Amino acid sequence: MRIFDPHIHMTSRTTDDYEAMYAAGVRAVVEPSFWLGQPRTSPASFIDYFDSLLGWEPFRAAQYGIAHHCTLALNPKEANDPRCSPVLDVLPRYLVKDNVVAVGEIGYDSMTPAEDTALAAQLQLAADHGLPALVHTPHRDKLAGLRRTLDLVRESALPPERVLIDHLNETTVREAKDAGCWLGFSVYPDTKMDEERMVAVLEQYGPEKVLVNSAADWGRSDPLKTRKVGDALVKAGFGEDYVDQVLWRNPVAFYGLSGRLTLDVPQPDATHEGNSILRGTPKTEA
Amino acid sequence: MTHHPTHSAHPHGNDAGLTTTPVRGRAESPGAVPPAIATLHARLDAALSGDARAWLDQALAEAAGHQDEAPEGPLSLWEVRFAEAGRRCGPEYADAVRLLLLQAAGPGPATLSRIYAQGTAAERRAVLHALPHLVTGPAALPLVEDALRTNDTRLVAAAVGPYAAEHLDAHNWRHAVLKCLFTGVSVDTVAGLAERARADTELARMLADYANERTAAGRPVPEDLHRVLCLTGRPALSTTPSAPSTAPTGEES
Ligand SMILES: [Zn+2]
Repeated sequence: MRIFDPHIHMTSRTTDDYEAMYAAGVRAVVEPSFWLGQPRTSPASFIDYFDSLLGWEPFRAAQYGIAHHCTLALNPKEANDPRCSPVLDVLPRYLVKDNVVAVGEIGYDSMTPAEDTALAAQLQLAADHGLPALVHTPHRDKLAGLRRTLDLVRESALPPERVLIDHLNETTVREAKDAGCWLGFSVYPDTKMDEERMVAVLEQYGPEKVLVNSAADWGRSDPLKTRKVGDALVKAGFGEDYVDQVLWRNPVAFYGLSGRLTLDVPQPDATHEGNSILRGTPKTEA
Repeated sequence: MTHHPTHSAHPHGNDAGLTTTPVRGRAESPGAVPPAIATLHARLDAALSGDARAWLDQALAEAAGHQDEAPEGPLSLWEVRFAEAGRRCGPEYADAVRLLLLQAAGPGPATLSRIYAQGTAAERRAVLHALPHLVTGPAALPLVEDALRTNDTRLVAAAVGPYAAEHLDAHNWRHAVLKCLFTGVSVDTVAGLAERARADTELARMLADYANERTAAGRPVPEDLHRVLCLTGRPALSTTPSAPSTAPTGEES
């Protein structure tokens, strides 16, 4: 089973996770820039984060045989902080980079005027840079948030078939699908979606334009949820090709809209020691 | 033991001749002619598809025609070209194309630093490779030192090229060699290794201490360590066992 996790925050994960993900079949990931759990207070802090998503994290992933791309944006939560919003002026410098396959995560958190502004501006940036957009839907007041999101997408220069609406569930999937967007589902241990509900949604709505992700981050989450959904689909009687469409071909098709997706994993680089990720090579036998 | 800094400084093994060879290193390979930037351009032209070639010509014209902006100015067109070189010409040609673009644009020190600072790992590597062609004095050393502080072997390998051989001070240069041993970057990548290592007793001491530390931990001593130690002129260590150098593949070789 080959797996593409289209939304996972590897910066917050360990090398054990990379190892387990590879063993489970994960060969590609997209890491959207998002909130770090700790508020940032300046654009400089975003820039260091973007650098890490464009340099160190793909390097780390490659050590474990996983292709790593990212999406960059000012996230909705921090769009409300005037100390952070100037990062919008710097974003164009970073959206031209090879590894950037979408603008994201953008969207709504509390549905404020500042979030309206940031979302509209970044949908335009996506259109200007030939990139699709990854749009997060809010945790609170989700259906209203989805509708306002779709309204803004319709008013934007970015066609809905270049927009992935994420964190969908049973109550929001229909309207997102009717709007012509790609459909993202985050499968979490407790919240959002679980494996069985994911299978039921696929049975009802079909696999077209559906992407399943773990959205694993610094909170309680599971980077192997994509594989668990694959196993649940097999158990429910879905064939190999169906599973491959949902867990591999759909994310490849969506992020491939950027023209920047490169799925050959670079050979794992040199062994690392010292203050690095493969700290200490194994001792020699005897 | 021979070493080939000019050859191994190339980021890709399969595009021999598409990366220019700094004069300093090439002098150590008898019989080879240092390919000039023009030769590099001609070889790229021969290798690229028609679309990519047209794109490159346009991009080089933009780079040559640009005015060097203040570091905080708007993103200039040639910098967009610099960023997208890999997806326009193919990732295997990105380093060569970026070198040509840098050469054509001739960015000043502030712009060069910004391009490095805002670059992806691949873009930073291209800047590091271009340093011997763009900067004559030690002004760009902070970029080399930045790359040597990372643990990204692609950057470490690019940092120990001819520019570092020329300008890096003894202390930082020794640590760079040691870092290559630590991170598995082949010492073949270190430009001017033989000249700088010769009779360097402090480097020899550091290498011997590192070998002792490895041996005490029951871990093998990298083959490369013995090679560098030999270059310093210090007698070989009696430590065992030795391990084959973990030759880095692909990008940092
Ligand atoms: Zn997320």
